[in-house]
Amino acid sequence: MPSQLVKEYFRTENLPHIWCPGCGNGIVTRAIVKAIDNLGLNKDEICVVSGIGCSSRASGYLDFNTVHTTHGRALAFATGIKLAKPNLNVIVITGDGDASAIGGNHLIHAARRNIDITTIVFNNNTYGMTGGQYSPTTPTGDKGTTAPFGNIDTNFDLCELAKAAGATYVSRSTIFTTNMLIKQVENGIKNKGFSFIEALTTCPTYYGRKNRKGEAVDMMVYLKENAINIAAYDKLSEEQREGKFVVGEIYKSNRPEYTEEYQRIIDSFSKGV
Amino acid sequence: MSTKTQASLIVEKNWCKGCGICVAFCPKNVLEIKDGKVNIKDLESCIECGQCELRCPDFAIYLGGK
Ligand SMILES: Cc1ncc(C[n+]2csc(CCOP(=O)(O)OP(=O)(O)O)c2C)c(N)n1
Ligand code: SF4
Ligand code: SF4
Ligand code: SF4
Repeated sequence: MPSQLVKEYFRTENLPHIWCPGCGNGIVTRAIVKAIDNLGLNKDEICVVSGIGCSSRASGYLDFNTVHTTHGRALAFATGIKLAKPNLNVIVITGDGDASAIGGNHLIHAARRNIDITTIVFNNNTYGMTGGQYSPTTPTGDKGTTAPFGNIDTNFDLCELAKAAGATYVSRSTIFTTNMLIKQVENGIKNKGFSFIEALTTCPTYYGRKNRKGEAVDMMVYLKENAINIAAYDKLSEEQREGKFVVGEIYKSNRPEYTEEYQRIIDSFSKGV
Repeated sequence: MSTKTQASLIVEKNWCKGCGICVAFCPKNVLEIKDGKVNIKDLESCIECGQCELRCPDFAIYLGGK
């Protein structure tokens, strides 16, 4: 028998899910659901939109309005949905490849528009679904099936990218710091604007094996030991930051939201009619 | 006398994939992997902190309630 939370928000007939043993995707998915439950939102006023990838399969397990779209285009579909029904809470579930390789252009422009969508990137540093090719977030030097001698690209810092592009809520957490992730999803949904949450997760099957990162547990221990909270991170020297990454609420700001601006234009024409 | 029951910590064995995440991060060493699945070996020590539930990727272990 599943927990109350799972019974309430998952399509339990589709469980157990397809993800590999120890894959972090289930941890992030449960965290999103827990955040929605904590906010007490009406299930019918939520629309979860995903692209293509292992992570993007999450939408199929969730009992909200859900749309499983095409690779890289979740934000394009989500933009249309939000404009048609501005009252919906639109949540995008996407992978690092989906969001920042094929879908990178949609990401920067959704952020630039500050459209009220909460995007959660399941960053496992690889293309899991297609067998472990390197992605824009594969660290330099790490291996993928398409980088057998090590990746020569510089990886994106997705939070810095989203911030620079105009997102008004930007945060990062990991599958180890689950309570932090839940809180961030809550705050991201509450933010009236484009919210970008990077969930650092694991693909033990491909990225893990290819890079000799050990089992699922070892990969989580790595996330536990190298994540530094933003307040502490700011106080570290360059050398002390080596190999570490920052978690927490990285950026918040306030500026006009896209669907409200759009409505303002419509209203300006309906005056006096 | 402890009032702890199996109903406070519930395992859905059919969903467990034996990844060992709950075992590794349980602060009280309550759990183990047995025959490829999670097993409650020391229920008495469980402090009902819920960390296993938070991090189980397969929703296969949880505390009673939500
Ligand atoms: C237009 C198009 N190009 C390529 C693919 C093949 N493809 C499917 S998933 C994927 C990458 C998935 O990586 P990511 O988004 O990081 O998700 P993950 O599987 O790691 O969760 C690719 C390249 C596709 N389905 N459609
Ligand atoms: S291939 Fe990787 S990302 Fe996909 S389900 Fe398996 S562990 Fe998860
Ligand atoms: S609730 Fe806490 S103490 Fe009890 S089994 Fe789970 S992780 Fe261990
Ligand atoms: S974390 Fe979940 S799937 Fe993994 S061993 Fe524990 S109960 Fe089983």
